[in-house]
Amino acid sequence: MKPRFNDVATVRSGLKKVNYLADDGIAGVVFLADRLGKPVLIEGPAGTGKTQLAKSVAELTGARLIRLQCYEGLDESKALYEWNYKKQLLRIQADKKSDSWSEVHDDIFSSEFLLARPLLEAITSEEPVVLLIDEVDRVELETEALLLEILSEYQVSIPELGTITAKQIPLVFLTSNNTRELSEALKRRCLYLHVDYPDLEREKEIVLNKVPDISDNLADQIARIVRSIRQLDLKKAPSVSETLDWARTLMLLGIETIDEKEAKETLHILLKYQTDIAKAAKELSVTK
Amino acid sequence: MPVLDLMSGFIVELRNAGLPVSLTENLDAMEAVKVIPIEDRDAFKYALGATLVKNNAHWRVFETIFEVYFSLRGPEYAITQDGQPDDFWREMQEQMDQVKGQGEGKGSGGGMDSLTPEEINAMLMRALMSGDQAMMRALAKQSVQRFAGMEPGRPVGGTYYLYRTLRNLDLDNMLQKLMDANSEMSKQELSSLEQRLEKDEFESRIEQFKQEVESEIRRRLVADRGAEAMAKTLRKPLPEDVEFMHASRDEMQSLKKALYPLTRKLAARLARKRRHGRKGPLDFRNTVRHSLSYGGVPADPKFRYPRPAKPELMVIADISGSVAAFARFTLMFVYAIQNQFSKVRSFVFIDGIDEVTKFFKSTEDIGEAINRVNTEADVVWVDGHSDYGHAFEVFWERHGKDINSKTTVLLLGDARNNYHAAQSWVVKEIAKRARHVYWLNPEPKSYWNTGDSIVGEYGAHTDGVFECRNLRQLEGFVENLT
Repeated sequence: MKPRFNDVATVRSGLKKVNYLADDGIAGVVFLADRLGKPVLIEGPAGTGKTQLAKSVAELTGARLIRLQCYEGLDESKALYEWNYKKQLLRIQADKKSDSWSEVHDDIFSSEFLLARPLLEAITSEEPVVLLIDEVDRVELETEALLLEILSEYQVSIPELGTITAKQIPLVFLTSNNTRELSEALKRRCLYLHVDYPDLEREKEIVLNKVPDISDNLADQIARIVRSIRQLDLKKAPSVSETLDWARTLMLLGIETIDEKEAKETLHILLKYQTDIAKAAKELSVTK
Repeated sequence: MPVLDLMSGFIVELRNAGLPVSLTENLDAMEAVKVIPIEDRDAFKYALGATLVKNNAHWRVFETIFEVYFSLRGPEYAITQDGQPDDFWREMQEQMDQVKGQGEGKGSGGGMDSLTPEEINAMLMRALMSGDQAMMRALAKQSVQRFAGMEPGRPVGGTYYLYRTLRNLDLDNMLQKLMDANSEMSKQELSSLEQRLEKDEFESRIEQFKQEVESEIRRRLVADRGAEAMAKTLRKPLPEDVEFMHASRDEMQSLKKALYPLTRKLAARLARKRRHGRKGPLDFRNTVRHSLSYGGVPADPKFRYPRPAKPELMVIADISGSVAAFARFTLMFVYAIQNQFSKVRSFVFIDGIDEVTKFFKSTEDIGEAINRVNTEADVVWVDGHSDYGHAFEVFWERHGKDINSKTTVLLLGDARNNYHAAQSWVVKEIAKRARHVYWLNPEPKSYWNTGDSIVGEYGAHTDGVFECRNLRQLEGFVENLT
């Protein structure tokens, strides 16, 4: 199969074109995922653009994004495939008299009666696909096993039909908010990418990119204040999406440069806990 | 050395440091190396990281080992030979000379030797002021060459050289100097917010410079001693394996960082376990509802999940010097997952005992509560040396009646009683009333019952004494507790 990207730099510039600012780590891992044909497991704090990465890669490669949102209680019939009972039932009732048993038996377990769920859909698709398995840490440890076959072999075994192998190897992204340790088996099959809060320059660039008409000066100030706040010992540090919300708010309020008062008044957009807000307000006003 | 040999040594070292690198991951890394050239050092590093490190807590360890094994690769990281300054350095020096208005004499190869320490300091300040990365790197290189006094084969650790280099650069006062210079330069008075931001900026630049110095020293040491020997001296335990009783300040910080995600994971796991632990009796209504999609056949029986009562917890912790860190961590840990218990009460003692539950109730911030425990709790009775016997006696008198059949009691400490009376009957009485009594001891098992440790005497009455030297053991214990 033809590789999608030539080198790491193309990935990076490509992602930039679709408004995703990747650092070396992110671009490198996406490049590797394509070359080695392996899924990528993305971990990191909430709101740092894990899901967005998969979406952007789909946009970049012009592929269809198939998304499987994980939750507790997710099972085979919702992730992989399901037999369409009702249709099977109809089929049996429709020609009760004519067909012999063996014919019906073979007939109702054909692909016509198979409902493809996201995972099966992703590997049977003719066109290029990016598969996003979102918040994989929400499923139970046992359910993770469902994913293993598709992640390592890109195939699904259906007892009644046999094994369905992928027509093309999709790019697969799994995201995790790290609420539990994922199994060794899953981790072993994936490339691992930790997406952390961006550094100062990158955050500034993100703000400039995502908030229209913002001045360079204000973006710089925002990025620096957010960095200072992240250094505090908080319950929940501000995420990138909250930084963007804050930037938009400041734009709406028509603020050009942030002073102490305005920073304090709008802190509640960055921080969601009262104790955190109090702490940040105190820290920002006192110089040591 | 060919890349392959280097890689296998590197992976062995990762395993020695405690990272669980499997065979498949090893093979993946080899595959990755084929498509990413080693000259692109950053991409190379991330490629190895993505295939070999599957836990973010292990990243720091990985980075250090990577530095050691691959630091001599790549042109910009080559070591300059003494007396032969590289092009960049020469260029920079010329710039400096122009600034000082004495264009002749120095650009011709004198290197750093011709500069006084004051001049170097001034250059460093300029570099930090403007945040010029390349200049900072070059300065780090030159300062190490000039100040560290490294000699081949000298059996001294990297920290010694680091100290020698930084002592000459006077970084402690640098921050203040930078701040002063900055406020002079700007036209109007800076607001306190701006000052604060500037300070953070300078601090991060100084920190960056220190790291440059450190890695330069490391590079030179590797060149001198070889990667394997160097990696061995740098080997550090992973955060979850750091011993509470002997943790350095840095290790304490990383422990604290590791604690929060750990408790979050544990809480999620426990909640799940509670819900899915056992199957209960048949839920008739639910079963009939679901039978509709099978034409009235109850093919998919549903059950009621029992919700077992959460245990009540009483933590009694020794917070005297030797075991204070352990007690602090256990308390933080317990309170971080307190919604897994119906009630948590905590007591701390040295030779007197005090209840500290109220500190945790009054604030959401566990760190602050711990601080208050350390400063406000009334735990000294006579001399401030551990007296388990007296503390237990007082506890029994005041709170003994609060223990009931739902209570689990945790006793924390090394049971080094300074040869006071043991009063182990209290533990026996507690055990009679409570559901469970456990003792957690931060000392290695081999030290138990040596000297003034009488953990065996207390332990005989409990449901178990557990060695709890690091976060991993603590987590394991708490998981089994609920």
